[in-house]
Amino acid sequence: MSLRTPMSRVLGSGPARGGAVHHWWVQRLTSIALVPLTLWLLLSLLSLSLADHAAVTHWIGSNLNPLWLTLTVAVMAWHSVLGVQVVIEDYVHGAAAKTFALFLNQFVHWLSAAVAVYAVLHIAFRGA
Amino acid sequence: MVEFALPKNSRIDKSAGKTHAAQAGAKRVRRFRIYRFDPSTGENPRVDTFELDMDRCGPMVLDALLKIKNEVDSSLSLRRSCREGICGSCAMNINGQNTLACTRSCEELGSGDISIYPLPHQPVVKDLVTDLTNFYAQYAAIKPWLQSRTPAPPDRERLQSKEDQEKIDRPSACILCACCSTSCPSYWWNSERYLGPAALLAAYRWIVDSRDESTGERLDALEDPFRLYRCHTIMNCAEACPKDLNPAKAIAEIKQMMAERQH
Repeated sequence: MSLRTPMSRVLGSGPARGGAVHHWWVQRLTSIALVPLTLWLLLSLLSLSLADHAAVTHWIGSNLNPLWLTLTVAVMAWHSVLGVQVVIEDYVHGAAAKTFALFLNQFVHWLSAAVAVYAVLHIAFRGA
Repeated sequence: MVEFALPKNSRIDKSAGKTHAAQAGAKRVRRFRIYRFDPSTGENPRVDTFELDMDRCGPMVLDALLKIKNEVDSSLSLRRSCREGICGSCAMNINGQNTLACTRSCEELGSGDISIYPLPHQPVVKDLVTDLTNFYAQYAAIKPWLQSRTPAPPDRERLQSKEDQEKIDRPSACILCACCSTSCPSYWWNSERYLGPAALLAAYRWIVDSRDESTGERLDALEDPFRLYRCHTIMNCAEACPKDLNPAKAIAEIKQMMAERQH
């Protein structure tokens, strides 16, 4: 039990400032960027015969596709890391569990993004 | 984790509900299913059923509640005062929606049973009375008063243009009934850190007030991932507001002002 006043509880440790506006801004920026990028990715995948390994790897390496692909992966990862962070903050309340979940969120997102970017570049520059 | 299920001692005991039948000869009978909880008994909450003859009852839900309290069960607890939607005391959850009992007519709720529960996700003091201490502290925390460095003119009030007044006209109509905040899932999960739609609407009312000179400090105090940004634009607040206000829009405009002062 604590006899802290309701006002003291509400004021807590004060406004956190750092990154709150940036988080909101980047979430909107990445969502706008993802509209054309996702459309481009979906249309491209639809026009490909995905069962044909050679055709797909050729497509990944041709034209500016490696550029758009790495950009899509990076923006998607960034957008997702921010979104999942909000979900964790909403629902996970224990200090240890929350810190661990936030850490895992960053780790999993950026590791998978790095793997994806490496794969694209590997395919693109293999023949060069 | 967030508490998705009620604690054991808060779950409704379905077998304990009492039924109070309407008087013999009643023609237009309507059933009111009302949440009951008395902390002094140590028992779990229950839902009592009250049958009322609508030919002998006023049209509003509050009329029915007061008829029950006066004539059937005087132990029923509820807050009420003005009975005309200006004090915000009788906010409760009626047929699944937070609203004021005094401005919601039984007729507009269709013809079925009427379920009445206290405001969601707040500690219950007794029956339909919830503990709004945190809600009021949040309102006080946004400093809901004029803060100005320029002294008021000695011979008159601080002037405001018609356009400037119109900006605060609607937000000032908030009666702090808590219908909006307690309808917000984000507030349910994080009410200890998220200020909630009512307090943020009040903050907005002072941020856009042309006579207030603390806009920067007010925005500073809201620049926080929880206090302001826990709003996920669910819009339950605008849906619930019995005064037809739009806290969600006010919150969106605060977020916009936050972004604008960065760039």
